[in-house]
Amino acid sequence: MKNTDLYNYILGIADNTLILGQRLGELCGHGPSLETDIACTNISLDLFGQTRSYFQYAAKLKGGDSTEDSIAFLRTERQYVNVLLVEQPNKDFAFTIARQFLFDVFHHLFLEQLQQSKDVNLSAIANKAIKEVSYHQRFSSDWVKRLGDGTAESKERMQDAINDLWRYTDELFHTTDSDLVMIKEGIGVDVKKFKDSYYQRVNEILEEAKLEIPESKYFQKGGKKGIHTEHMGYILSDMQYMQRTYPNMTW
Amino acid sequence: MKKKWPLWEVFVRSKNGLEHRHFGSLHAADAEMALENARDVYTRRNEGVSIWVVESKHITASNPEHNGELFEPAQDKVYRHPTFYNVPDDVKHM
Repeated sequence: MKNTDLYNYILGIADNTLILGQRLGELCGHGPSLETDIACTNISLDLFGQTRSYFQYAAKLKGGDSTEDSIAFLRTERQYVNVLLVEQPNKDFAFTIARQFLFDVFHHLFLEQLQQSKDVNLSAIANKAIKEVSYHQRFSSDWVKRLGDGTAESKERMQDAINDLWRYTDELFHTTDSDLVMIKEGIGVDVKKFKDSYYQRVNEILEEAKLEIPESKYFQKGGKKGIHTEHMGYILSDMQYMQRTYPNMTW
Repeated sequence: MKKKWPLWEVFVRSKNGLEHRHFGSLHAADAEMALENARDVYTRRNEGVSIWVVESKHITASNPEHNGELFEPAQDKVYRHPTFYNVPDDVKHM
């Protein structure tokens, strides 16, 4: 394949939206209330829509019998390159919100830059996606503030979730070899450039939510290289079950 | 959680130029959350361009038991409708 770096780069973006979408989809019919259930699954569908655009493009680059579905459903765990943050479970609603918030702030800053990409397909996808992600960010930030500045119990749970997931934030700013090639060509986004803005924005919301900003300097990594937490296997077995059991099944 | 949230009525304007119409109701802790919930519950299939929410308790409703005195007197007064005029053919949209 000619464009291996571009292909890898696209997977690096789209695996995040795919796995986070899958996680949110788990709440379908289980959300804490009808309203939040629909909100979370709406966000899930937005993310799947974005994932499809990325994978359709990736499938075209790869050629052969590659399709958006084969990329989504027929890889093995080590071939998924999403960050560890998005695969963390829905332990309670505070964890769902914290995971979403920590990703949304990054996602928005990322898409702002991707709109400037020299690759017209990627900039077009970013253009469309950023409106959706603006809303995601508004939704998750509002909930962080509500829960953080809410009751004693909601504050404790929100703080727990932020403290627990904080260790996965640094990986958002790691770059793979393919990322570096793409940055050099003006196609990829240099994530390091907005790392400070990211923590500034996150900290502002946490302060508004009357939550403490974690001081931990110990961070987890591995997802971008295909080395995942123990949760990933369960997500994939759930997500891939239909295609593995009934190969080439369609609706 | 939800039991403590008040009920809100949702009104959606589906197109510019049309009036807001009652779409339904939902639970939310405050007005801001009610707007976001309304956006997700009622406009996710592109139904609207504007949303109003109002807490249900602020709506004063007529009592169905009074329907007789409120509405029945109007039933036999057809002359209150402008139906006795011949509209010329050239006049559209009447």
